[in-house]
Amino acid sequence: MSTASDVGYHAQRQARWHYGEIAFWLIVLACGFAFPSRYLIMTDILRLALFAMSLDLILGYAGIVSLGHAAFFGVGAYAAGLLALHGIVKEPVLALIVAGLAAMVLGFATSFLVIRGVDLTRLMVTLGIALLLEALAERFSNITGGTDGLQGIEMQPIFGEIPFDMFGKTGFFYSLAVLFLLFLLARRVVHSPFGLSLRAIKNNPLRAAAIGIPVNRRLIAIYTLAAFYAGIAGALFTQTTAIASLDVFAMERSADLMLVLVIGGTGYLYGGLIGAVIFRMLQELFSTITPQYWQFWIGLVLVVIVLVGRQRLHRWVLYVPNLIIRQIAGRKAIVAVPESDS
Amino acid sequence: MTAILTNLFDGVAYGMLLFVLACGLAVTLGLMNFVNLAHGAFAMAGGYVCMVLVNRMGWPFFAALPLAFVSSAAIGIALERMLYRHLYTRSHLDQVLFTIGLTFMSVAAVDYIQGSSRVFINLPAALQGQFDLFGVGIGRYRLMIIVICGLLTIALQMVLAKTRFGSRLRAAVDDPRAASGLGINVPQVFAFTFAFGCGLAGLGGALSAEILGLDPYFPLKFMIYFLIVVTVGGSSSITGPFLASLLLGIGDVAGKYYVPKMGPFVIYTMMIVILIWRPNGLFGRTAAR
Repeated sequence: MSTASDVGYHAQRQARWHYGEIAFWLIVLACGFAFPSRYLIMTDILRLALFAMSLDLILGYAGIVSLGHAAFFGVGAYAAGLLALHGIVKEPVLALIVAGLAAMVLGFATSFLVIRGVDLTRLMVTLGIALLLEALAERFSNITGGTDGLQGIEMQPIFGEIPFDMFGKTGFFYSLAVLFLLFLLARRVVHSPFGLSLRAIKNNPLRAAAIGIPVNRRLIAIYTLAAFYAGIAGALFTQTTAIASLDVFAMERSADLMLVLVIGGTGYLYGGLIGAVIFRMLQELFSTITPQYWQFWIGLVLVVIVLVGRQRLHRWVLYVPNLIIRQIAGRKAIVAVPESDS
Repeated sequence: MTAILTNLFDGVAYGMLLFVLACGLAVTLGLMNFVNLAHGAFAMAGGYVCMVLVNRMGWPFFAALPLAFVSSAAIGIALERMLYRHLYTRSHLDQVLFTIGLTFMSVAAVDYIQGSSRVFINLPAALQGQFDLFGVGIGRYRLMIIVICGLLTIALQMVLAKTRFGSRLRAAVDDPRAASGLGINVPQVFAFTFAFGCGLAGLGGALSAEILGLDPYFPLKFMIYFLIVVTVGGSSSITGPFLASLLLGIGDVAGKYYVPKMGPFVIYTMMIVILIWRPNGLFGRTAAR
């Protein structure tokens, strides 16, 4: 028997903070102090994690397959770069929000194209939009700097107080703070009735429409939000590296992003974060083995993951940790990746 | 006026080439509802086989073309039997990930074997240069492409419309379940069609080295073009993708000639506009159900 209060109870239980989650964030914070020589790559991972979380919002929760998510990343990156370069908005946090909003506007405008049609049409339209923006950025090279990218960006101190240092320490903690705040927001969103309705749409749009969920409006809303997140990730990229080049729009970036999410698992927000860590480590590993051909191994990883099956793979990975957890905390505490196919 | 005709001619040649490259993909999508983003990799394989045969082993160009077809078809059928068939029932996301993975692997592998620079196939002297026909400049190579691709299209249309295999294939595309209920061996039809489509892509790849440029990034660069052909053209018939290819070819050539500054802008805009206007493709039913 599953009554309304029952459903509400389970939804609330899901939404509550677990010890594991608190531990996760503490570990992330601890990493910031434990590896002071690795700020650059850790910042990179945080950025990727935020970007992946953005894709998770639409892929894992709303079931929209996108091959052009780099479009919003790129718009955010260029917006932040231009704002800083021309001194329009000097304060980084404010510029970050403005850049995010710019991507959000684009997301809102394009969401009407994306909600039409089936998976394949969506793939095409998202990919097409990213390619279109790349072509535009190349065309208006007097604004974007063309293939050279935006150069000579100088970041002002955050809130006018904390300057960016050359070791990337500020950049790291700045990115971490942004990621954490946005994570809190995303967590709130996906556990709200709005988030639950998205899952209903993902499982069966027709049924969702039949029980009175405005399917298209919900999809537009989440797509716009995801664009905002991706824009922020792009802006962080520009602010922490002080460059913005054409490859922010590249299709490989969108494809890599999918891999990140597939490694981590979709539909529970942490997938992007964990996936980003593993992906960067894999990339480092492959590029030390074969500097020029690491793409081959990334491709192989993708193929193997799909052939083995994402669910099975996640079960294998969690087998040993779960054995330990079961010993300590009992059967109920075991961890599982909530798998969701679209 | 003559410039317009020359452009039209180039556009038609380009479009025909795209059709040969992409028609295999249309069938794959229509028949098995399988999103194969690695289609360009088969084209690239054909192109490189042809290049090695002609440049390194001194085969005549026209003898190497059939081999490009055969080798791509062989790779296609091997991969279909080993890998692809496990994925027909999986979600689109899985298919996309899998085929992107394959594409990455093919790019890196070709880069490793042949280097990353663009390759050219040595053409026989008879195919080089152009001649004037009533003042319209006609490239010999492009004329050959139009002839070969035109003949292929007619042959394909005949096979689909007149032969027993063609009617089986059409039945399987229209409704795979009903078709298998009638005793048609759908997986077998599919495997054969898949191999044939890959072979055509390989042939297209060999022909396109001169026009589109052949380098290891070919599958990524032209993925969008193949997808445009398929989504815009639909998969209910062979005419849809054919017209879509011609439209795309002429549009792209004209766009690059008249508004060179806009670059590839023209076709992307065209595609998005068409997909907004007719989300299911210009010509009838869409590929994906």
